[in-house]
Amino acid sequence: MSQEGLLRPGIAQLRVLDMDEAVKHYVEYLGLEFVSKEDDGRVYLRAYDEFHRHSVVLREADQAGLDFFAFKADGQEAVDGFRKRIEDFGYTVDDVPAGEMPGTGARIGFTVASGHRIELYADMDLSEDAPETNSPMIWKTMPRGMRAQRMDHCLLYGPNIEEVEKFFTEVLDFHVPERVDMPDGAFAIWMTVSNKAHDIAFVKHDEPGKLHHLAFFLQDWNDIGHAADIMTHYDISRDLGPTRHGITRGQTIYFFDPSGNRNEVFSGGYTAYKDHPTRVWDHNSVGRGIFYYERQLNDAFLSVVT
Amino acid sequence: MADGNEPRVFRIRVRGSDVVASCAETEKALIALEQAVAFPRPLPVNVGCRKGGCGACRVKVLSGDYTTIKMSRAHVTEQEEAEGYALACRIMPLSDMEIEPAFLSPRERMEMRQAQKFAD
Ligand code: FES
Ligand SMILES: [Fe+2]
Repeated sequence: MSQEGLLRPGIAQLRVLDMDEAVKHYVEYLGLEFVSKEDDGRVYLRAYDEFHRHSVVLREADQAGLDFFAFKADGQEAVDGFRKRIEDFGYTVDDVPAGEMPGTGARIGFTVASGHRIELYADMDLSEDAPETNSPMIWKTMPRGMRAQRMDHCLLYGPNIEEVEKFFTEVLDFHVPERVDMPDGAFAIWMTVSNKAHDIAFVKHDEPGKLHHLAFFLQDWNDIGHAADIMTHYDISRDLGPTRHGITRGQTIYFFDPSGNRNEVFSGGYTAYKDHPTRVWDHNSVGRGIFYYERQLNDAFLSVVT
Repeated sequence: MADGNEPRVFRIRVRGSDVVASCAETEKALIALEQAVAFPRPLPVNVGCRKGGCGACRVKVLSGDYTTIKMSRAHVTEQEEAEGYALACRIMPLSDMEIEPAFLSPRERMEMRQAQKFAD
């Protein structure tokens, strides 16, 4: 195995205003599997093609948004190594004991300069309904709704994204497939720890700790169209798309969950190897970078976050 | 809504624009405003999530009665709600209404919340 250390996005914990409405949205419409509801009220969900117990956690609160985004490491040794490097960078690291989430090992957490809490962990149980591995069928239970295959990435809004980039690249070993630079500095960065075009992205924004969207991977452009059909039928609030991103080249729709958290369904996207140069967009072409067909940003792209 | 009757329909005006929307008591004000304005004319109120989470459609209600459904406290605090602030996508009219846009940019919102924290 040549990818070492952090492997991929693993858990996103979202705040929702109404749990029943949120579960209906993520399970019936997006097509995630309901894994469990625990005594503290949190609900655990998993996409049908994910091997591990859960990837999306919903927590009821009076403000929407993201509690934290967690990356899975290839072992506890790697997590311990990162702890040291994070502390050397100057951030405080706290511990979340094993079992704080069912089926999940110990996690470490810290807040990056944009105000977002990031966590790392090594262990999570495999799902009882994990995809088959012996002469497998392409799915085990028939995919439902938008047929989300996995929780894919998030885009976060906050200040100090130059420091965020330095931290993710120098301390967590991410690389930067794409960026938007404005005359006054970095405006947005797309970073990956794997060879997906992005695992996490940041846009410069005054308020710290904001969520722009949490994205789910669909099979292809046809499934993006199918997702759009579902949005109209069930009156799901659509933001923009179906369209394509110039940045990452993914095919996409932005829409909203019942609490106002933006979701994305995403397919395609190029492969980003670590030795590829960064693609850089300037301020005159950022519209085409974000929405390739419209070639301009909509108002909501810059102002609507939770 | 009285049982068996059609929902009552009210008019919603937006101060500073000539937009008048017809909005049933079962319908959200923001959705009625979107229907009343032909694309691509800009709406007098910002639209974001249409779900009470993002604050784009924040308005001040100048007159009229309405019901509200759960909205994010990041955008309308309990005190602001008492002063007539609301999210247009979370209110349904109980009479004719007049509203005015009260969108807060991220910086304004951050500064206002910090000032409120300081005042507490
Ligand atoms: S449109 Fe987002 S709160 Fe109304
Ligand atoms: Fe995305």
